[in-house]
Amino acid sequence: MIAFIIRRVLQAVVVMLVISLVVFAIKNQFGDPVRDLVGERVTPEERQQIADKMGLNDPFFVQYGRFVKNAVTQGDLGRSFLYNKPNLEVIANHAPATIELVLGTALIIIVLSLPLGVYCALKPRSWLSRFTMSFSTLGVSMPVFLTAILLIYLFAVHWRILPSYGRGETVDLFGNGIWMTGLLTVDGLKHLILPCISLSTLMLPLFIRLIRSEMMEVLETEYIKYAWAKGLSPRRVWLVHAFKNTLLPVITVFGVQIGIMFAFTLLTELVFQWPGMGFMFLEAVNRADLSLLIAYLVVVAALFVVVNTVVDILYGFINPTVRITGTK
Amino acid sequence: MPSLLEVRDLEVKFALRSGNIKAIDGVSFQLDPGERMGLVGESGAGKSVTGFAIINLISKPGFISRGSIHFEGKEISAYSFEKMRKIRGNRISMIFQDPMMTLNPVYTIGFQMIETLRAHRDMSKSEARAIALEKLKLVQMPSPEKRLDQYPHELSGGMRQRIIIAISLLADPAIIIADEPTTALDVTIQAEIMDLLQELCEKQKMGLILITHDLGVVSQVTEKIAVMYAGKIIEYGPTETVVHHPVHPYTIGLIGSIPGSIEPGRDLKQIPGMMPTLTNIPPGCAFNPRCELAADICTRQTPVLEEKQNGIMAACHMK
Repeated sequence: MIAFIIRRVLQAVVVMLVISLVVFAIKNQFGDPVRDLVGERVTPEERQQIADKMGLNDPFFVQYGRFVKNAVTQGDLGRSFLYNKPNLEVIANHAPATIELVLGTALIIIVLSLPLGVYCALKPRSWLSRFTMSFSTLGVSMPVFLTAILLIYLFAVHWRILPSYGRGETVDLFGNGIWMTGLLTVDGLKHLILPCISLSTLMLPLFIRLIRSEMMEVLETEYIKYAWAKGLSPRRVWLVHAFKNTLLPVITVFGVQIGIMFAFTLLTELVFQWPGMGFMFLEAVNRADLSLLIAYLVVVAALFVVVNTVVDILYGFINPTVRITGTK
Repeated sequence: MPSLLEVRDLEVKFALRSGNIKAIDGVSFQLDPGERMGLVGESGAGKSVTGFAIINLISKPGFISRGSIHFEGKEISAYSFEKMRKIRGNRISMIFQDPMMTLNPVYTIGFQMIETLRAHRDMSKSEARAIALEKLKLVQMPSPEKRLDQYPHELSGGMRQRIIIAISLLADPAIIIADEPTTALDVTIQAEIMDLLQELCEKQKMGLILITHDLGVVSQVTEKIAVMYAGKIIEYGPTETVVHHPVHPYTIGLIGSIPGSIEPGRDLKQIPGMMPTLTNIPPGCAFNPRCELAADICTRQTPVLEEKQNGIMAACHMK
């Protein structure tokens, strides 16, 4: 098992290196940092000097090596001129909002998709299953911003029971000003409801359908038929034998989707004026803060890789066959 | 002695969009305590469906449409799910065809054995574990203690089939229904598993219904044979007599097609043609298009199973 974990972590490191290389290559292709820095009224000689000083004339891989070295040893991903702070600090200030948004959404998806998916697989002809399946088609086909605006109209404007923008009241989680959380105040939780629902409308139907079809497939297998032949109760056959096998592929997809969700918060954050990373990203795009964009891409990629690695390791714990191939 | 299991005039239909199809048509047989019977036929003859019908576990959309199944003196074919559940794996166990697919890949052997016992007996996990260990020893499993904590994928096919046999023995059943238990195994392992099964049935006085297309296996292990063709039993009698003096032309053909039944170097006999599909069974005797002896009556009238020579029952007009 330990060998398996080490292997997965090493893979993750390689993936991060490749991603950072791609991102860094993009940075090199767009714009001229010297002009961004000093403007138009500087002689070409002075420009050359500044570029030399900044190491912009070094070969590509030397520059890349410096970028990686700074990132790994000092946690330095450059400086944002928009905020006039280190990029990592800017992102760290915005990350908690996004992470809480994604966590809330993941919670909604898990709590609803598991029972609904299993139920739809077990009783495909019941009216609740039919309703769920047709409603989920609707959910998939509605774009997030439309759902969000609809939710705002209904709950914030029409019924006036939920707030429509911002994070509401936040408190400092660790007392050091880094993680401002909305999870501990009633107002903060209220602000979380609508964005989480609108973000979940895209993935929730997908997961209900995925769990349903996986479960239906598992129910047809020989070992389920054998479980019946052993005289086990329906509860045991469904919830012990079929459920665990259903979860295996679902967990993998879930890991990828959670990663994707960090990127998908963009639209939701825009509509709900949610001060997270997606919102920050849009601002950075508007103001052409290339350095911050690069840092954002690296951080999101890192989140993606970390989530997937954790999920893979989790999967190894649940699926005994993975553990063996991992240790060989 | 009252028979342990008596299946009478069993009919199984499958509800399809195009209408109901008969998979089993008027099958009757009986099994005495400790008796071993072979259910023989080609693929699609209805052997497996008959086996699953006994514990009422026919895959949907199949259902028992007629007939009765008496087990230990009680009619069980119309039992509720819960009453039937208490018989499955407890009084009547099943062994499936492919041991690679039968065990749940994500649970240990011990887990899958213990849960079976605890589904039928009120006992603690450690008591159940002790019995599981005892049964693993009974099937001559090497290092049985270790197996309980292993996962199915860590074991070979032959070992898995031993484990499935051990699971089927857990609750000391009256009957084991073995559906092609050796088809998916290597030839050498096949013989071991069949010997084990026969020995266990004799020792524990268990009834065995052996479903197979392999007449050689059946003739070694069983005391009587029912040969099925297109959903019907067409020959039924003591194994010894059926194998050496078969009556029905189909059985004669089957036995003639076993290697070793004729002198070496000669071509094996074949039965011409294929078994009809269930949707398109010919009128009269279902075997008539392939039969050398077929006469006019065979296409008009369905033969009934009746006593012929040597106490064999056969369904044929010409004998």
